Amino acid sequence: MKALVWHGKEDIRCDTVTDPEIQDPRDAIIKVTSCAICGSDLHLFHNYIPGMLPGDIMGHETMGEVVEVGSGVDRKLKKGDRVVVPFTIICGECDQCKRGNFSVCETTNRKRHLADKAFGHTTAGLFGYTHLTGGYPGGQAEYLRVPFADATHIKVPDGIPDEKLLFLSDIFPTGWQAAAQCDIEPTDTVAIWGCGPVGQMAIRSAILLGANQVIAIDCLPERLSMAEAGGATTINFENESVLERLEELTDGRGPEKCIDCVGMESHVMASLPDTLLDRAKQMVMVESDRPHVLREMIYVCRPGGIISVPGVYSGFSDMLPMGAFMNKGLQMRTGQTHVNRWTDDLLRRIEEGEIDPSFVITHTVPLSQGPEMYQVFRDKRDSCVKVVLKP
Amino acid sequence: MFHFSNIVRTKGDPKIVEGGPSLKRPEDQLARALGWFSIGLGVVEFFAPRRVTETLGMEGHETLVRTFGVREILAGIMTLSVEKNAGLWARVGGDGLDAAALLSGLTADNPKKGNIALALLMVGGIAMLDYRAAQDTKPQRPPRDARRKLYPNRSGYPKGIESARTAAKQIAANATAGRT
Repeated sequence: MKALVWHGKEDIRCDTVTDPEIQDPRDAIIKVTSCAICGSDLHLFHNYIPGMLPGDIMGHETMGEVVEVGSGVDRKLKKGDRVVVPFTIICGECDQCKRGNFSVCETTNRKRHLADKAFGHTTAGLFGYTHLTGGYPGGQAEYLRVPFADATHIKVPDGIPDEKLLFLSDIFPTGWQAAAQCDIEPTDTVAIWGCGPVGQMAIRSAILLGANQVIAIDCLPERLSMAEAGGATTINFENESVLERLEELTDGRGPEKCIDCVGMESHVMASLPDTLLDRAKQMVMVESDRPHVLREMIYVCRPGGIISVPGVYSGFSDMLPMGAFMNKGLQMRTGQTHVNRWTDDLLRRIEEGEIDPSFVITHTVPLSQGPEMYQVFRDKRDSCVKVVLKP
Repeated sequence: MFHFSNIVRTKGDPKIVEGGPSLKRPEDQLARALGWFSIGLGVVEFFAPRRVTETLGMEGHETLVRTFGVREILAGIMTLSVEKNAGLWARVGGDGLDAAALLSGLTADNPKKGNIALALLMVGGIAMLDYRAAQDTKPQRPPRDARRKLYPNRSGYPKGIESARTAAKQIAANATAGRT
């Protein structure tokens, strides 16, 4: 089969690889009908997250049709079922899964010794996302083996196009969780840094969860226009001061809820010296993340507020203003997404026409063009916001 | 065809049968080679500055050579990073500094001035490669003033944004009523 394979920093190739096989009774094989490039795939493209090996298949936003099931899948899945594959692999049986904390499933990381060392305790296995999270082959391919398939799936009905359903795999529940864990009140202002795909989903989620005002921060006109269409007031940080504008829009109180949809690769600007220093330190490998957005959120958030972090951080962040964080009584809520905790509700909202996540797609291309699209997406060429690949 | 990466595959996982084309262009390979060269030269300058000054007949300038070594190492790391273009331009600037330092040693009373002339030639050649690689690896991000497509009609709410807001308010009102 064809698959997008990681060969090193900025080197992804469309290789021919052997087809996946059932390895365990709980496995299923999916014929991929659609998959997407996620913003967090770019961290792997840049080799900023440790634990990738040449030959790893990329991709964790995938959907398709079940073509083979193991003997232990029971009757939960059968050949011909249409499924979206959540990016977190879950067993559905461990203590964390029973609590709904699916992204920290204690069973599915087959290389848990690495995660135990890196994080203190293991987290769930993830598709196509380094050997720290199991080194499972990803879904930017023609076929995908889904381990623990009896639990790791979202069954979806026929008759709804892939484009509306595909993002149940990651970015839609990720944006939703980012907003939901803010405990939004009807009087709240929610400020969202980053108007990439997750940021766009977080904006719509905050609106659907009843925020009084949503403010979106970015520097790319196409993304800001999409954010505005979704109901956000926008701030272009290249043209105006984020701090001053947020103060103005909240009558000097600061936003009650702040969401970081940027993560470890924040924008570097000469007018923001901390971003230059972070970039230099990241380059010589004395700091793994560029946490400018975290610093700004802690500084600007209203005391007693909540900071939600769906953006990916990989290791160590310097100079976080913990004094302000502590004295303002802020709370930080973060984590990989507990996808299956949210997807029943989100699928219902899609079916009822409350939201159509396909609005974010700007490019649809064959899988074979995937490597070039990593560059287009990274460089924000052709006003690219979200790429869908068709195997 | 044999692929090294297949050795480390977990048993049962897909293995590469035939590799596809790489995204790496010749200029990327050149940048990588220059990055490693920079680090190698920097290490020599930092750890053996006396050998360098003796070869050039410029004894007494060891601190300068060591400083240049640090510069070479940093530029090399930058050239090997995602920001390779910045690293290559840093190397072009460094080539200028190298040339200036060498020219200062090209005096009539220097018995090793032949070596300095040779070094200048080498710096010139490397500078040309650095310049070429820097030109060819320019980031392909569109300039800030480039025309961009805008997406003002992509709300994502098939029933309209007001309907979404109203539904959210209704849910909040119901929740409040349920609490009281």
